[in-house]
Amino acid sequence: MARMKFLCDADRCIDCNACVTACKNENEVPWGINRRRVVTINDGKPGERSVSMACMHCTDAPCAAVCPVKCIFPTDDGIVLHSKDLCIGCGYCFYACPFGAPQYPGVGNFGSRGKMDKCTYCAGGGGSEAPGSAEEFRKYGSNRFGEGKLPMCAEMCSTKSLLAGDGEVIAEIYKERVLKRGYGSGAWGWMTAYHEDVAV
Amino acid sequence: MSGVTATGDGKPNGLKTAVATRFARAWLVVGAVMFLAIAGAGSTAAEQFDPDGAPNPDASSVHEQTLLRQAPRIEGRIDIPDVKAGVLIQPEGREWDYFHEVTLRQVGAVVILGMIAVLALGYFVLGRMRISAGRSGWKVHRFSAFERFSHWLTAVSFVILGLTGLNITFGNILLLPVIGPEAFSDLSQAAKYAHNFTSFAFVIGLVLIVVMWIKDNVPRKVDIDWIKQGGGFIRSKHAPAGRFNAGEKMVFWLALAGGAAVAVSGYLLLFPFYATDIAEMQAAQIVHAVIAVLFVALILGHIYIGTLGMEGAFEAMGTGEVDLNWAKEHHDVWLRDQLTEKDRAGQATTRPAE
Repeated sequence: MARMKFLCDADRCIDCNACVTACKNENEVPWGINRRRVVTINDGKPGERSVSMACMHCTDAPCAAVCPVKCIFPTDDGIVLHSKDLCIGCGYCFYACPFGAPQYPGVGNFGSRGKMDKCTYCAGGGGSEAPGSAEEFRKYGSNRFGEGKLPMCAEMCSTKSLLAGDGEVIAEIYKERVLKRGYGSGAWGWMTAYHEDVAV
Repeated sequence: MSGVTATGDGKPNGLKTAVATRFARAWLVVGAVMFLAIAGAGSTAAEQFDPDGAPNPDASSVHEQTLLRQAPRIEGRIDIPDVKAGVLIQPEGREWDYFHEVTLRQVGAVVILGMIAVLALGYFVLGRMRISAGRSGWKVHRFSAFERFSHWLTAVSFVILGLTGLNITFGNILLLPVIGPEAFSDLSQAAKYAHNFTSFAFVIGLVLIVVMWIKDNVPRKVDIDWIKQGGGFIRSKHAPAGRFNAGEKMVFWLALAGGAAVAVSGYLLLFPFYATDIAEMQAAQIVHAVIAVLFVALILGHIYIGTLGMEGAFEAMGTGEVDLNWAKEHHDVWLRDQLTEKDRAGQATTRPAE
C-alpha cells in the first residue's frame, strides 16, 4: 500500500509560486484561503531557502486526533481528508496543525469560521459525495487522485522541487539528488509530520 | 582611536571644530571596521569550497532542525497578504494535541469523577445534614429577588457552558458512538454557538454576584472559628458564621478567580488573532480547559451542599427565605445582626410559614 507524502526540495525551490497558483486554479479555492503557500526563510540573507508548504498529510495527524466531531481521517493511502458536512468550525485542527494547513472561509469571531478547508492532495473530499462528482468538486475541489493522477501543485512545479507520491519513492528521488549534487537542506517538515527524516 | 584623540587635542583654537573633526574621524574608523567585518563574515559564510574545488551552495543554507533548536517555530517571508501564513512549521501543535487528547481527558475524568465519588461517599457516610432542632416554622428573609436572579443567571449559564464545553472534550467518546456522526455533528454545532453566546450571560451574572456579595465575602475572624469547628460537618460542634461561612467564601473567591480566568481565555479564543497567535491560542485553550474542569468540580460540590447535602439550604436560593432554626445553626452571627437591625427598625422580624 502506498503512503502518499509531500517533499519540498528547498534547494530547488525558486519561490515562483506556481504551485500556489496551480492549487488555487485546480481546486477553485475561495478568496482568502491558500491551501498551499511558499515561505522564504532567511529572506535576503546568505543561505536563504524557500519552502512550499501545504497540509503534509501527517502520520498520526494531530488535526484528526483533536477534532471534536471526528470529521478528519486518513485514507488507506495516508491522505488526510475531512467531511465538511460534519465539521463544526471549532478551530481545534487549526490550533493543532504544525503546518498551518486548516483554514476557514470566515474570520472566526464568535465562532463563525465556517467549514474548515485544507489541501486534499487533489483527492476530493471525505464526505458522502460520489468521487469525482460536481458536488464533491464544489465542496472540496478536484479529485485527480481518483483518476490516478498526483496533486496539481507537484505536477506543475517548474523545477521539480515539490515532489508528491509514495513516501518511499519521493524520499529515494530526494536522496539521489542530494548524493549527486553533494548537498541538501533536508526534507522540510518530515520529522514533525512523519516522525522520520530522509536519511542521506 | 587613540590616534584620532591625539590629533584633535593638538589643535589649540576652535574647540567646536576639534570635536567635530574627532567625531568625523571616529566614524570613519568605525565604518571601516564594520565594512571589513561584514565583508570578512560574508566571504567565510558564502565561499566555502568542496574538496574538488567547486563552491558549496549548501555551506550557509538554513537547516530545519537548527532553526527548531533556536526557536519553537520557523517563520519566514510570504508573498500573500495573509501574514500569519508566514509561519512555516510549529511542531508544538503535536504537544497541544497530546494535551488535548490524553492529559486533559485524564485530568478532567479524575477531577470530575473524583469529585462525584467524594460527594457520594460524603452522602453515604455523613448522610444529609438535617436541621438538628427541626423546623421552627418561622422564616427569615435571606436573598432578595434580584440576588436570586443573579445567582440563577450565573448558574443556568454555567450548566450550559459546562455541558457544551465537556462535549468538546468527551463528546466524541461518550456521545458520538451512541447517536451517530450526523446527529452528533449537528448537536456539537449548536453546542458551540450555545457555548459562545451563553458566555456573555455568565459574565454578566458573575459581575452582578461579585458586586452584590463581595463585602459579605471578605474573610473575617469568625471564619477561623468556623474552620476550627469543622465547618459544621462535625455534628457535636457549632461552626459560627456571618452571612456567608468560610466555605461559601471560598466558593465565592474561587468562582471569581476561575470565572475571570475562563472568561479571559475564552474571549481570546472567541476572537482569534486579535491578541493571540496560534501558540498563544493553544496556551489559552489549555488554561480554559484546565480551569474549567476544576470549576465544574467545585460547582458540583456547591450544588451538592445546596441541595442533597443539607436540609433547608435550597430554600435560600429558591424562595429567598430560610427557616429560623436553619439560620441559627448555619449563620448565627448573620441572624443576630438581622434580628437586631429589624428590631431597631421596629418591624416584625420573622413571620410564620403559611
